[in-house]
Amino acid sequence: MRNLMKWGATAVVVAGCSTFAGQAMAADPIKIGSILSVTGPASFLGEPEKKTLEMYVERINKEGGVLGRKVELVVYDDGGAGEKASTFTKRLIESDKVDLLIGGSTTATTMAALPLAERNEVPFISLAGAVVIVEPVKKWVFKTPHTDKMAAEKVFSDMKKRGITKIGMISEDAGFGKSGRDQSLLVVKSYGIEVVADEIYSPKDPDVTAQLTKIKNAPGVQAVFNFGFGQGPAIVTKNFKQLGIAVPLYQSHGVASKDYIKLAGDATEGVRLPAAGLVVPDQLPATDPQKPVVTAFKKDYEAAFKSDVSTFAGHAYDGLQIALAAINRARSTDKAKVRDEIEKTSGYVGTGGLVSMSPTDHMGLSPSAFHMVEIRKGDWVLSN
Amino acid sequence: MFAAFLQYLFSGLTSGAIYALAGLGFAIIYNASHVINFAQGEFIMIGGMATATMVAAGVPLYLAIPLAMVASMLVGVAMEKFAVEPARNADVVTIIIITIGASIFMRGAAQIIWDKEFHSLPAFSGETPIAVMGATLMPQSLWVIGVAAVVIVGLWYFFNRTMFGKAMLGTSHNRLAAQLVGVAVKKVLLASFALSALLGAVGGIVVTPITFTNYEAGIMLGLKGFSAAVLGGLGNGTGAIVGGLIVGIAEAMASGYLSSAYKDAIAFIIILFVLFFMPSGLFGKRGTDRV
Repeated sequence: MRNLMKWGATAVVVAGCSTFAGQAMAADPIKIGSILSVTGPASFLGEPEKKTLEMYVERINKEGGVLGRKVELVVYDDGGAGEKASTFTKRLIESDKVDLLIGGSTTATTMAALPLAERNEVPFISLAGAVVIVEPVKKWVFKTPHTDKMAAEKVFSDMKKRGITKIGMISEDAGFGKSGRDQSLLVVKSYGIEVVADEIYSPKDPDVTAQLTKIKNAPGVQAVFNFGFGQGPAIVTKNFKQLGIAVPLYQSHGVASKDYIKLAGDATEGVRLPAAGLVVPDQLPATDPQKPVVTAFKKDYEAAFKSDVSTFAGHAYDGLQIALAAINRARSTDKAKVRDEIEKTSGYVGTGGLVSMSPTDHMGLSPSAFHMVEIRKGDWVLSN
Repeated sequence: MFAAFLQYLFSGLTSGAIYALAGLGFAIIYNASHVINFAQGEFIMIGGMATATMVAAGVPLYLAIPLAMVASMLVGVAMEKFAVEPARNADVVTIIIITIGASIFMRGAAQIIWDKEFHSLPAFSGETPIAVMGATLMPQSLWVIGVAAVVIVGLWYFFNRTMFGKAMLGTSHNRLAAQLVGVAVKKVLLASFALSALLGAVGGIVVTPITFTNYEAGIMLGLKGFSAAVLGGLGNGTGAIVGGLIVGIAEAMASGYLSSAYKDAIAFIIILFVLFFMPSGLFGKRGTDRV
C-alpha cells in the first residue's frame, strides 16, 4: 500500500513536471530556418518550396504543433546566390537561433550554407539535387531529392532494356546539366552503352540545331539524352523535331513539370524521362505505398495554390516531414538527438519515394523511387 | 556534308537574326544620346511577355501585338521621363548606370506583375519545318530575319529622309548646335526611348515563339544584342544586323565544326579580334577627339 502510494505520488509529480515542462515549451516554438531561392534564376525551385513549407507549417500548427509546441518557420530568400545563402544561414543560426535548417534550393546555395551547418552542428536538410551534398557523408547534412546520378542510371537501364548501345548526349553547360553530364559519363559504361557524341549548349541559347545536327550525323546513334532544365530542354525538343531525328529522345527529371510540355508542345510526343511518383499519382498501381501520399499532396497543393504541383514542392514537403518526425521521435529539439533521429529515418513514404537513411546514406532513396514516364498527347504516361 | 553545313548556317541565321534585332535597339538610343541603354533587353522581355499573357488570356494575336508594342513604348517613355531626364545634366556614364538600375527595376516589376514561369507564343505561320537541300529551317526564323530587314529599312528611311530622324542624328552629333537651330532636344531624347522600346517589343514578339520568354529573358538578349551592336559599330543599324549575324553564325559554325564547348569563346574571340583592329566596330565612324 505504501509502495503504491509512493508510486502514485511519483506519478503525480512526474505528470506535473511533464505538463509543466509542456507548458513552458509551448511558449517556446520549434524554430525551423530555411534559405530558399524564391527569386532569381532558380525561383521555379524556391517558390513552390516556400509555399509548401508555409502551408504545411500552418496546418501542423492548427493541429496542435509538434510535441505540443508550435512550429515557427523563418524563410530567407537567397535569390539563388551562394554568398547570400551563406549570410542568411549565419543569421538563422546566430540570431534566429533555429533548431534545424531546411533548404538550399540549388546545389550552389546548399554548398555555401553547408560548412556553417557543419561547424555550428545544426541539422540541415537540403532540397538540392547533386550527389556532392551527401557524398562523402557529412555528419549534419541530409537531403531529400533524387540525385542526378540516379536519374542517369534509370535512363541508362531503360535504354539497355530496349537494346540501345550507342547514344548522343546533349547537356546544358551550367549547374544541373553539367553535374548531370558528369555523373552520366561516370555510370554509362556499366550499362554497356557508348556515348558517341557529347554536345553542350548554354542555358539561354535560342537554337541548338547545330549541336543536334552533329549528333544526328554521328555514326550509329540509337538515342539522344538531354540533361538540363528551364527553357533549354524545350528548345532541344523543338529543334529535335525540326531536324526530324528518328531515334528516341530521353530527358532528365529536370523537365518533369507541365511547363515543359506547354513550352515544347507537340514536339514532346514520345519523349521519355525518369520522374518521381508525384508526376503520375493516378497511374501508380494501387499497391504502391507512395500512391496515397502523392495523391494527397498533389490535391492539397493544387487546391491551395491553383497551380500544377511540381516535384520541387514535394522535396520541401519530404524535408519538413522527415524533420518533424525526427523531432517527434527525439522528444526534444536537442540538435544532436534530432540529427541522430533523422539519420534513423526508416521506411518514410514521401513524395520522392521510400526513404531509409543510414550513417552511410544521408539521402536514403532507392533507385525504385524513379519511374520511367513517356509523354503521349501532352500528358505523362507511366512506362516502367 | 553540305546539308550539315547548311543546317549550321540556318542555326546561325536564326540565332544571329535574334541578336541583330536586339542589337538594333541599342543603336537608336546611342545615336540620340550616346547613352548605352542597358534596359534594352527588358523592352524585349516586356514585348514578349505582354503579348504572351494577352494571347493566353484569349486576346487574338493581331490585337495583342500592337497593344504590347504600345505598352512597351509607354514603359520606354516613363523610363526616360522618370529616370533619365531628371539626370540630364549628369555624365553619360551616370546615365548608363541609371539604365542598369532601370533594367533591374523592370525585371523585378515583371516578376510581380506576371510571374516567374516561361511563356511562349504560337509560331506565326505554323511549326512545319521548311526543308532546303537536306537542312531544315523553321518558318518563324524567316519571320525574325524578315522583321529585322524591314526594321533596318524603316530606320534608314527615318534617319535619312524624315525631318525628325535628321534632327535626332543632329542632336547626337552636337547637342548645343542642334538646340540652336531649333531642334527640341528634350523631345528627341524622349522619342528615342519610345522608338527603341517599340523596336525592343517588336523583337521580343517575333522571337518568343523560338526562344520563349520569362522575366529574365532580357538579360541574355540584351547582352548578345549589345555584343552585336559593338561588333557592328555602336550607333549603326546596318552594323548591328551584320554584327548579330556574325556572332550567331560564328557560334553555330564553332559548335558544328569544332566543339560546342568553345562556341561562346569563339564568338567573343572574333569580337575582341575585330575591336582590336577596328576599335569603333565594323561600320562605326572613327572617333577622333581633339585635344
